Amino acid sequence: MLSWLTEGPSLLPWLVILPLLWSILSLTAGQRLQPLIATTAVGLILLATLLVLLQWLQRGDHFYSLGDWAVPLGIRLRLDGLALLLLLLTSGITSVCTLHAGRYLQEYPRAKTYFWPLLAFCWAAMNVIWLSADLFNLYVGLELLGFSAVGLVALTGEKKALAASLRYLYAALLGSLAWLLGVALIYGHQGQLDISSLALTFTDSISGQAALALMTLGLLLKMAAFPLHSWLPPAHASALPPVSALLSGLVAKAAFYILVRLWLEMAPDNLTFSAAQLLGALGAAAVFWGGWMACRQQQLKMLVAYSTVAQLGYLLLLFPLTTGTGEEATRLAWEGGWLQLTSHALAKAAMFLAAGNLVLAMGRPDLPGLHGAGRYLPFSLLGFGLAGVSLMGLPPSGGFMAKWLLLQSALLSGQWWWILVLLSGSALSAVYIFKVYQQCYVESDNPDRFRQPALVLDLSALALALLALALGILSAWPQWLISTALPGGAA
Amino acid sequence: MNTFLPYTLAGGALVILGLTGFILHRHLIRRLLAFNLTGSGCFLVMTGLAQQGQGVDAVPQALVLTGIVVAVSATALALVLIRRWYHLTGLTGLPEDIEPELQQGDNPAEGKTQGAPH
Repeated sequence: MLSWLTEGPSLLPWLVILPLLWSILSLTAGQRLQPLIATTAVGLILLATLLVLLQWLQRGDHFYSLGDWAVPLGIRLRLDGLALLLLLLTSGITSVCTLHAGRYLQEYPRAKTYFWPLLAFCWAAMNVIWLSADLFNLYVGLELLGFSAVGLVALTGEKKALAASLRYLYAALLGSLAWLLGVALIYGHQGQLDISSLALTFTDSISGQAALALMTLGLLLKMAAFPLHSWLPPAHASALPPVSALLSGLVAKAAFYILVRLWLEMAPDNLTFSAAQLLGALGAAAVFWGGWMACRQQQLKMLVAYSTVAQLGYLLLLFPLTTGTGEEATRLAWEGGWLQLTSHALAKAAMFLAAGNLVLAMGRPDLPGLHGAGRYLPFSLLGFGLAGVSLMGLPPSGGFMAKWLLLQSALLSGQWWWILVLLSGSALSAVYIFKVYQQCYVESDNPDRFRQPALVLDLSALALALLALALGILSAWPQWLISTALPGGAA
Repeated sequence: MNTFLPYTLAGGALVILGLTGFILHRHLIRRLLAFNLTGSGCFLVMTGLAQQGQGVDAVPQALVLTGIVVAVSATALALVLIRRWYHLTGLTGLPEDIEPELQQGDNPAEGKTQGAPH
């Protein structure tokens, strides 16, 4: 077994092949076979993820050349600590969403037909992005991810969902065009697209700068950074709950992941102090604006969606805190930033699932519809609340650890203004989460209309929320995993 | 001076033309066409720029082929969504103020249909 782990063929391509196979099979198979296919596929993908983890522990960071074609002609898959963390996160959250969807979709027989193929497609696209080490491969991954996510949003076929998905699609298309144009400029100038080869040769030229600017713009649009965020809340709020959980938890992070690879790995010298501060300022604006808008929402899922805009803003603080700061501050920011991504992914997925359960139970999507929920639904509310604890950054949650690390980094590097952002962002999130709670304990005069959601729905939300909470206590291993991928840190 | 420069320049012009259309137009089909135009411009830049001075390079052609497949799928997906949107609402665009309108219009309706939450 041990020798197989060190010398056997790498299992990286299977993380993409398995979900794709699942997607094709479930498109062709009938309704009755869907649960069987889904269970087998999720099981196999989880097994493959586990084996990839074991392989990485044995051999460390490694590449896999597809079809044995070497760089520069071939395309490589790359596995390092960061990619591994995101693979684990994706497998964990997506399989819980699958569990939730299996029960939840019984209410939506029409949506069921295309849900499974699209979900599998989405999973494959995410794994492609985490593993890609090639700019054009990333383009294909981004497009696949965008298309499957748009399809998932449009699944219910309702007016609101369609409008949201069209808006999402156009934003995604515009973003990918900007990325593609950047790729064209880089290939025209450098003659290669492999990120780690480009890192060695990337020079400060006008076309290089233009390419980086275009690609950054495209990615900011795709990750819904502050002024370009307006497509996100309607898309995430009008989708089915397991879809919203997936989109907010994982899909929105893909563009950020690429942004970090692009700047900190491919062209670290091109990231000037002012550019990094600008990215951070966009993030800070998102924290305030998203938090403020979340406080003003009257629909439960819109509130949770605006909270995603705010929480994605924290991620952009990674850039100012790792650029031109000392070694220790950079390390703290790097670990804090990725821990924030991990804990937000878990907590937000949990929160969307719990919000979906609350809406299902009370029969109304707006906040006043929650009146009286406190008497009936402590279990659903527990999931929502535990996720909220992590979003607010209260100890001992993962969100607290992440913000603590970011705070220390800001202190160490003397950039006190980011501390204000971190603290007031947490206060804003406390406001909108307690606003939901307050509504739950208001008694209304109307007769109660209330449905107990199935146990598996509540359990899946609770499981993710508990994971987000546990991340704060058991953060040592993820932190180590993240720190192995610190750019320039190992060298 | 070489034969590939005109391609690059034409590609650049197409990108600018397409982007302008994408931003200015509200009609969904027009925006989709503008997206396709921009895409074609990107492909021209990609093939044209890469082949300057180095002779014929097969890699960007393979990339563009992939890109065309992606653009065709994007167009197909968008057309399906636009058609469905048109059937449901009779609108050919997404007015920017549709958001508050929809929310205000839908709230009472959602209150009535309590059986189908989402």
